[in-house]
Amino acid sequence: MKIRAIAGITFKEAKRDRILYLLFFFAAVGIIASRVLAILTVGEQIKIIKDVGLASISVFGVLMAVLIGTGLVYKEIDKKTIFTLLSKPLHRAQFILGKFLGLVLTLFVMTLCMTAIFLTLLYLHTQRFEGAMLVAIGYIFLELVLITAVAILFSTFSTPILSSLFSLAFYLIGHLSWGLELIIQKMRPGAGRTLVRVLYTALPDLENFNFKTEVVHGLPIPSAIYIPSLFYGLFYTAFILGLAILIFRRRDFI
Amino acid sequence: MAEAIRIENLRKTFRLGFIPKPREILKGISLTVQEGEIFGYLGPNGAGKTTTIKCLLGLIYPDAGSIGIFGQSHLSPRARQSLGFLPENPYFYDYLTASEFLAFTADLFGLSRDEKEERIGRLLELVGLDRARELQLRKFSRGMLQRIGLAQALINDPKLVILDEPLGGMDPLGRKEIRDIIVRFKKEGKTVFFTSHILQDIEMICDHVAIIVGGRIVKQGALQNLVSEKVLFTEVVLSGLPAESFRGLGESFSAKGDRLLLRVFEEDKVEEVLALVHERKGRVLSLSPRTETLEDIFVETVTGR
Repeated sequence: MKIRAIAGITFKEAKRDRILYLLFFFAAVGIIASRVLAILTVGEQIKIIKDVGLASISVFGVLMAVLIGTGLVYKEIDKKTIFTLLSKPLHRAQFILGKFLGLVLTLFVMTLCMTAIFLTLLYLHTQRFEGAMLVAIGYIFLELVLITAVAILFSTFSTPILSSLFSLAFYLIGHLSWGLELIIQKMRPGAGRTLVRVLYTALPDLENFNFKTEVVHGLPIPSAIYIPSLFYGLFYTAFILGLAILIFRRRDFI
Repeated sequence: MAEAIRIENLRKTFRLGFIPKPREILKGISLTVQEGEIFGYLGPNGAGKTTTIKCLLGLIYPDAGSIGIFGQSHLSPRARQSLGFLPENPYFYDYLTASEFLAFTADLFGLSRDEKEERIGRLLELVGLDRARELQLRKFSRGMLQRIGLAQALINDPKLVILDEPLGGMDPLGRKEIRDIIVRFKKEGKTVFFTSHILQDIEMICDHVAIIVGGRIVKQGALQNLVSEKVLFTEVVLSGLPAESFRGLGESFSAKGDRLLLRVFEEDKVEEVLALVHERKGRVLSLSPRTETLEDIFVETVTGR
């Protein structure tokens, strides 16, 4: 009930944010522009629409999660609304979870809208419903959920600008960390290799959620890949949220 | 009478800045607030009043000391359930209407739909905002925000109400209304703990006061024990005579046109002043003996004068 109240207020607040609509506008432009790009391409037009469309949903979704998520907790502390909230019988963990769920709900609605535009465009082009796209979009959403948790984590102790930089760095590292795996394979056994392996384990691997290539090219996705990816996403999000709660529980509100 | 608040040896040091410098804000605060009383917590700016309140509410963790609310830990959900709080310069979600905001705070206490509706209507009427029910908080004046802040502090019908500068930003009429509401709390058996810079208001309604200076409580007790009934001086406003006529009888303070304000410190000299005015055909416009006020105690305590 209390988490729902906080989530509800967060959703109301997020949907008033102009950044959200600006990013949604650009995402829509990106998706629709894929049609123009497709016209300029020789053959494989449909793949261009799918590629650019999915990339737009992913990139603008991440920007929404980061730019709104990093301000959520900070704003409450800065404007001192937190004093009123935490003086009520509300655990700090409930506050963080409410904030998280409110933003996840906002992103869900936004992803739904972007998906509707994307699938409509695809339908106009192919005259059939491309259900496979939903798998890739589902995993993009899972990635957004994780990025939201990361943005809230940084927001519990840092300013929105720094939190945005940290969160975007997390996103970039997450998409590049698979390169470490290649390095590990080429390195000789020893301390260096162990160090790189520890680093690879500690850093997020967001490529686990990337099924764009598979759905665009119609390749099969074995359950041995997508099920662990699902659990990886859920556990990583829970871990980050736990960390955010731990930091938030300990801090003083001066 | 049971204790509503018990604070013992509360200490808090902040370390702020790029190179953290320790700054001790609370240096062993101890106080007790009895159930059903109005307790005034006074102190100059930066004395530690708000820090004490934040410790009481669990917004700040003290370095040492203990806090109890109705005999329980101040962090326990039961203690929170019986508490209402109005922060200083309240700011709330400005895109919500007054009734939406109160409904949100009611949800944090898990009130049922019927209870919620009944309390929102009653509280908006109590604080004089029933006409602004559907108005967004961004359109509220400072005084109205203070009122809606008071309403949200009462949504759970608390046994203990903590108010941080509740009279700040209010016009004289608004201040009177808030004072009346606070007095009504006492009649309903609620305990009120509040800070204010407006000492006249505190003096009018408080049962007990504590004065905090530099993180230490330097004076506390029942108001009637702190403020003596002794006449400090008598102020005589008269006309028709020059200030020189009263040399040795009192201090003449201001002369405005024909009027003269005379402060007489010894009671027997008041008679002499009156006789002199009568003899020289002057006029006494007013005569008021001044007893000690809370302001005198406060200034004396804070400045050491």
